[in-house]
Amino acid sequence: MNIKKSILAAALAAGLFGAAHADLTVGVVLPLTGPASGLGIPVKNQIALWPKTIAGENLKVVVLDDATDPTTGVKDTQRLVTEDKVDVIIGSAATPVAIPMADVAAESGTVQLAASPAGLPPGKDKWTFRLPQSNDVMAYAVVQHMKSQKVKTIGFLGYTDAYGELWLKALTAEAEKNGMKVVATERFGRADTSVTAQVLKLTSANPDAILIVASGSGAGMPQKAVMERGFKGKVYQTHAAATQDLMRTAGKDAEGTFVVSGPATVAEQLPDAHPSKKAAVDFVQQYEKAYGPGSRNQFAGHGADALTVLEKAVPIALKKGKPGTPEFRAALRDAMETMGRTVLAHGVLNWTPDNHWGYTNETGVMLKVVGGQFKVEQPQ
Amino acid sequence: MDFSIASILTLDGLTNGAIYALLGMGIVLVFTVTRVIFIPQGEFVAYGALTLAIFQTGKVPGTVWLLLILAAVAALMELVSTWRHRGRAAPALVAAARLFVLPAIVCAVSAWAAPRNLPLAVQAFLTLCIVTAFGPLVYRVAYQSLAGASSLVLLIVSVGVHFAMTGLGLLFFGAEGFRNPSFWDDRFSVGPLNLNGQAVIIFLASAALIVMLWLYFERTLYGKALRATAVNRLGARLMGISTQSAGQLTFAMAALIGALSGLLIGPTTTIFYDSGFLIGLKGFVAGVIGGLASYPGALLGALAVGVIESFGSFWASSFKEVIVFTIILPVLLWRSLTSAHSDEDH
Repeated sequence: MNIKKSILAAALAAGLFGAAHADLTVGVVLPLTGPASGLGIPVKNQIALWPKTIAGENLKVVVLDDATDPTTGVKDTQRLVTEDKVDVIIGSAATPVAIPMADVAAESGTVQLAASPAGLPPGKDKWTFRLPQSNDVMAYAVVQHMKSQKVKTIGFLGYTDAYGELWLKALTAEAEKNGMKVVATERFGRADTSVTAQVLKLTSANPDAILIVASGSGAGMPQKAVMERGFKGKVYQTHAAATQDLMRTAGKDAEGTFVVSGPATVAEQLPDAHPSKKAAVDFVQQYEKAYGPGSRNQFAGHGADALTVLEKAVPIALKKGKPGTPEFRAALRDAMETMGRTVLAHGVLNWTPDNHWGYTNETGVMLKVVGGQFKVEQPQ
Repeated sequence: MDFSIASILTLDGLTNGAIYALLGMGIVLVFTVTRVIFIPQGEFVAYGALTLAIFQTGKVPGTVWLLLILAAVAALMELVSTWRHRGRAAPALVAAARLFVLPAIVCAVSAWAAPRNLPLAVQAFLTLCIVTAFGPLVYRVAYQSLAGASSLVLLIVSVGVHFAMTGLGLLFFGAEGFRNPSFWDDRFSVGPLNLNGQAVIIFLASAALIVMLWLYFERTLYGKALRATAVNRLGARLMGISTQSAGQLTFAMAALIGALSGLLIGPTTTIFYDSGFLIGLKGFVAGVIGGLASYPGALLGALAVGVIESFGSFWASSFKEVIVFTIILPVLLWRSLTSAHSDEDH
């Protein structure tokens, strides 16, 4: 079944790109089915819009489905490195799948461009580069905005999972640097039916601002609870909540909330000074031309960014070796670490040997919910 | 912690506790009549809330098609088993049709009504019909042929049904959650308390349902038949009570309770396709406090679970679930020390 699917996908990809004499081979592992399929399908859609060549080399793309399953993802990756001899691996868009894939990529000496914020222990990410922004970069934007709003004390209301934990760490570190204090920390689960108790405790600590760390439609319930309690301070949400689901589930209670986001999905509204403005607008126009107005989303943006990265790194690596050889793959890795500042739809990237997250602090954009729509906050 | 915080927490806990109470009742009901530990009870909550949410968007909910497929499968199973049993086609067809017709009508009406944006109350009623129709069909497909098996086998089947229903929920409703519009938007201030209309509805509906269940078991022939089946299956069959229809009736009631809980809780929080499991599990804890046999015990247990959860979230929100599920341990200990043991396999 799986092999059949893979062959089908390979045939499809080959057919799409007419790559009979393909030189540069890109392996893509994405959740096209299963719970995370909503993240994987847009990446695949964007990759389908890629050109036929990169730096004069014919491009061959092999897309495999990991079914949001780590085991399948690892098998797919092994197939890509042993049979297809890919030069670079993109994926997965699901974090739990991307993490074990990193081992296979490292063993075979192939660059992995993860389309998810895959947290790996130090030293384990030698061959893995992330396309999404780290929480640290986003926390920087949030705290800078809080500073401009004269916030001194912060209440934290976040998921009990890894996302909440990473944000708490990032926020605490940034807040300390800027002389602010996290005065109350409360946790909840995505499927909880009530956060009244947590909100009571937060509001009794009386912080200037509350940061809610939740994702998608899960962000609506705590937002409503905070507003229903009559909280008068500022309310912040994270980039995982920067979707229309926030307004759909919180309704009027979302008004006035500050939400941090990457620049890609709010391309047109970006101030002209934002470095990503052009890349983001280009991405949005290309994607919406192919898939309809309003179809833009964060993950398709990662598909576009992967191409930008390859277009910059491949010419450098070509000087050291031919695609399909270990020399080329190693050169590609080195090129990504040394190619310097790269402007993407999602922000400004600067990968270094020590930092494979690499977005710079110019990246995060603050949005404000006004009349049920996101409006970009102009920098003050 | 002062009085006002304590009273807000208590109110919040009791509101959630009322929902757990309904589910706890459903679990006790199913267990006493069929000896099934009904883990998927919570799934009906999610199905109820999400079916109404999809109705609100003017689309036909996926549960309608699922119901149709499930009815067809159940009817086919009924056809085959009756034919084998009786050796003639006519009674088999009648038996199959009996299972199929009602769900089919519900589906047809729902498909007709969905794009018409009918009033909220009508959509809520349709949702109740759809989800309630699942009950007997789930029993027919998953449990009926195993009715005589041990509790352990039935528990394993329950786990399977739970996973199947969660997976189908993801398929039909998607990964994102929904919040339903409130049935009653008013707010009342009583001292420090801020009571909203939905909480009042939750209390009233829960109380009404509990009273109705009590009347049903005490005053009606069907209710007494269910009680008889619960006490002694063989004896009940000798008295001419069909244990199969008792099982289907029980599951219909459990599904109705689940759907109603879903409608009640839908406007107060965001419901995901998998939200039902945890809610149902807390209902199960309440049921266990009642010894899986006593309705008043389950009711008190549920309110206790709700209040403990609320205070637990206030003091140590990271450990809330741990606190809630740990209270099952002392209860089990106390139960095993106080109740008389029997070797009979319950």
